[in-house]
Amino acid sequence: MPAGRIKDHWGEQRLFEMRALVAGTLMVLLTLTLLGRLFLLQVIHHEYYADLSQGNRVRTEPIPAARGLILDRNNEVIAGNQPAYQLELVPEEVPDLRGTLKALVGLELIRAEDVEELMRTIKSRRTFDSVPIRLRMSDEDVARFAVRRFEFPGLDIKTRQTRFYPSADLAVHALGYVGAISETDLERIDRAAYAGTTLIGKLGVESAYEPQLHGTNGFRELLVNAQGRSVERQGAFVPNLRIKAPASGDDVLLSIDLKVQRVAETALAGHRGAVVALDPNNGDILALVSLPGFDPNMFGRGITSVEYRALSNDIDRPLFNRAMRGTYPPGSTVKPVIALAALTYHMVDPEMRHYCAGSFHLQGSAHIFREYHNERHGYVDLDDAIARSCDVYFYSLANTLGVDRISTFMAPFGFGKPTGIDISGEKPGLLPSREWKAKAFARPADQIWFPGETVNFGIGQGYLNVTPLQLAHYAGIMGMRGKVWKPRLIAALRDPQTGEIHRIPPVSQGDIAGVSPDDWARVIHGMIGVTTHGTAAAIGAKAPYPFGGKTGTAQVFTVGQNEKYNAKNLDERLRDHSWFIAFAPADAPRIAVAVIQENGGAGASAAAPIARKVLDAYLLGPDGKLKPADAAAETFPDQHPQQAPDPTAQTPAPLTTAQPPAAPPVAKPAGTLLPPAPQARSATAPRQKQAA
Amino acid sequence: MIYEEINTGSRTRRTLTGAARVLFELNVDGPLVVGLALIAVYGLIVLYSASGQNVDTIVRTVVRLGLGTVAMLVLARVNPNFLRRTTPWLYAIGVILLFIVAAVGHIGMGAQRWLNLGIVRFQPSELMKLAVPMMCAWYLHERALPPSFLSLTLLGTLILVPVGLVAVQPDLGTAALIAIAGALVIVMAGLQVRIMAIFAALAAVGAWFGWAFMHDYQRKRVLTFLDPQTDPLGAGYHIIQSQIAIGSGGVFGKGWMNGSQAQLEFLPERSTDFIFAVIGEEFGLLGLGLLLLLYMFVVGRSIFLAMQTQDTFARLLAGSLALTFFVYVFINAGMVTGLLPVVGVPLPLVSYGGTSVVTLLAGFGILMALYSHRKLVSS
Repeated sequence: MPAGRIKDHWGEQRLFEMRALVAGTLMVLLTLTLLGRLFLLQVIHHEYYADLSQGNRVRTEPIPAARGLILDRNNEVIAGNQPAYQLELVPEEVPDLRGTLKALVGLELIRAEDVEELMRTIKSRRTFDSVPIRLRMSDEDVARFAVRRFEFPGLDIKTRQTRFYPSADLAVHALGYVGAISETDLERIDRAAYAGTTLIGKLGVESAYEPQLHGTNGFRELLVNAQGRSVERQGAFVPNLRIKAPASGDDVLLSIDLKVQRVAETALAGHRGAVVALDPNNGDILALVSLPGFDPNMFGRGITSVEYRALSNDIDRPLFNRAMRGTYPPGSTVKPVIALAALTYHMVDPEMRHYCAGSFHLQGSAHIFREYHNERHGYVDLDDAIARSCDVYFYSLANTLGVDRISTFMAPFGFGKPTGIDISGEKPGLLPSREWKAKAFARPADQIWFPGETVNFGIGQGYLNVTPLQLAHYAGIMGMRGKVWKPRLIAALRDPQTGEIHRIPPVSQGDIAGVSPDDWARVIHGMIGVTTHGTAAAIGAKAPYPFGGKTGTAQVFTVGQNEKYNAKNLDERLRDHSWFIAFAPADAPRIAVAVIQENGGAGASAAAPIARKVLDAYLLGPDGKLKPADAAAETFPDQHPQQAPDPTAQTPAPLTTAQPPAAPPVAKPAGTLLPPAPQARSATAPRQKQAA
Repeated sequence: MIYEEINTGSRTRRTLTGAARVLFELNVDGPLVVGLALIAVYGLIVLYSASGQNVDTIVRTVVRLGLGTVAMLVLARVNPNFLRRTTPWLYAIGVILLFIVAAVGHIGMGAQRWLNLGIVRFQPSELMKLAVPMMCAWYLHERALPPSFLSLTLLGTLILVPVGLVAVQPDLGTAALIAIAGALVIVMAGLQVRIMAIFAALAAVGAWFGWAFMHDYQRKRVLTFLDPQTDPLGAGYHIIQSQIAIGSGGVFGKGWMNGSQAQLEFLPERSTDFIFAVIGEEFGLLGLGLLLLLYMFVVGRSIFLAMQTQDTFARLLAGSLALTFFVYVFINAGMVTGLLPVVGVPLPLVSYGGTSVVTLLAGFGILMALYSHRKLVSS
């Protein structure tokens, strides 16, 4: 018994009862707190938690949309889809990612050097997304994986549609290709929209029309448990699982005519070079060839690094799109536009004959400008000078015109700026001018334009650089007497469900203003002369249609002043590039073409025969006769309907191709781009208007 | 004998009266038994769903409930005086067993909580949940209340020795519950408010010091309790998923066996420590309200019984048992709803597993004995 205190039973009872009461009150308060908490969770925030719970149990699995097809103007499939097996990995279900990838290397399903890149790709995707790590597995690959499948949780073989190019490398530089989605691609696409998509357009049409070709992926909601596995369960708690069918991408209908494309590729086969053919009436590209090419299917199935290195290190540069990105001096192919400039500025008497002795001497300069192969043309007028490609005549013409007029006159023909073709990657080339030279060089001594440079300009040498696409564009403008259409590859989009075709109207860029019909006729006459009695007479022989053309030879190697160019002594890769441009039929052109064969030598011998084959392929029927005008473009895209010109383009001058050259001269529009012709010249040497 | 006396009234009335008579003769409190039985049945219904329709789990739980009921019935018939006299022995045996467990665990180089008695695995810590409050009540029984400072020191030792032994097992949850059961005896014995205030202040200072000396991972655990979203896949996962389960249940719940959080395994520990969340998900606010009502009824009835007892030992022990039961409920519910940190305390009579059901029902047996034998004590 504790000392000093006596147990007070009544008091203790009262004390206990007090405490019990307090404890009871406290418990009621605590329980109310609990109920308050429950009210907060279950009533006030119910919606929020209901959403979270829904998000927990429902997983959205993407259903990739079928990529749109790419077809040529005859509805021939250039890019289609093919089912293929691929190995896919769900990151969150793989316990040891690196170990798993190493094991797959052991099975020879992926390559050791790709492990790091794959790790990065996998990490960049959402953890529950299925990431393809090996595309286009062979049956043997599938079997090899199948027997060891139990060792690889989180990996599965899926059948997916992959891109297939039935004609392999045909038109590859126009088409581009698709490849695995890279880290760079991920930065510019909406990841959510690409969940489930494995391939993305990398170049050309595949890249330019990626949004249309890709379509809209669908999805399927799955009931999953905490481990992320899909569970099938009957019961009231199964929510309404939604499913949205994917919408296939639009089919892209190209203006390309694969028959023409094939002929062009076959004709150029074995050489480096490019062919661009287009319909000058609307800018439709009929063929776009750059050789050598490559098989785009390699990228779709996953190109090996060895293959890629071989492609990128190839001295012939198969990955390089020469048609749009290769820039070359145009050589003599510019002579028609120089002649047209001189006529328009009234700075030449086309009838006057000049004597060509094989060389041109610029006053005040020691330099002697030589004729190609030191040829002597004797007395030539403008018509002869174009047809026989007399350098001396054009040295003189350029010298008379001066760089400013040449540069200004040539610009509307598309030189020195991109043509605006509807796929990306096009190079602008270079149209030199005094202003350009002042900016382009660092040393003041180099910034001055020399008269000698103007002389070279006249035969398309020197700084002037063009792409084959630009030259085809230019040939078309010449043939159409100044009508400018923006080149394009994509003529229409087709809805794969309804089959509805949405045509893309061709874009007119107006007309070349201020050139009289007579002058057009004169120059075109000269270009027809090229194929009848001029430099390409052998090529034009027996053509069932008249056509205008111009040969060109672009120097790769500068021949010394007193040396002779001798092809045999030169390394093959230092030989001249061979050019040929043409349009046909000459009176109402349906096709314009530019051909370059690198190191092919003279234009007439290498490039011109290829161009002739392309023209024949497009224009001639199976009977070897010229097809009727509307049959040449018999196909799905535009039957050349009357197009309203692009309102933003310059107002077309009232010149029409349908008018014969003998039509009365038309007053030059007020808003001409051309500088006024020097009065003195036109006064002293009045030209006689005469049909060529 | 007793049945002869009942021969009037309707059949139902006769049956009920008969049942009450039986219960009385068994020294069992009718309302308390009904309350406990309702909770147990409710628990079994929920457990069937939470365990994924596992009949095995239900059978085992029913067996444990049966064992607990037997313990309750036996203890209810024990004379409290006998119980009081044996208390020091029970306590001593419990402490010795805890030492043995600690020693075995030490020798075996591993954590141990139970002693293997061949067929039964026995956790001495479960015994201490009853033995510690009994010992405290025993100590205070003959002494004047409120307890003196010397008594408090001694009681502190009596509580802290077994608590320390359980804590090093390590089983912090059980250690805390044992400490609370002992402390509640002292509080009910009339511990002065100012001393409680001093303890509270000391605890606050201790917490401050504790924080200062804590390891980073320990601090992280505390921070995760304060804001589970800081570690949604680690320490915060349990509490986030359990709040989702409860919150998504709404007022009426998703229906029995229809809780997606529980059925699709998003909710961890769904049939044990987090079963409260399953009820919240499947039966909603109403289901949880009903459960809390049942618990409050049991606690209220227990306190009422405690107030009816007539000696200090009985009062203090009964009061402690009643309040401890509430503490179990509150800690578990508080933890599952995110009011309290996550500690491993099961929901009494509902959570699956362990021998805590037996201990709990044994405790209620003692409580009933203390109440039903009161007249014998006083006379």
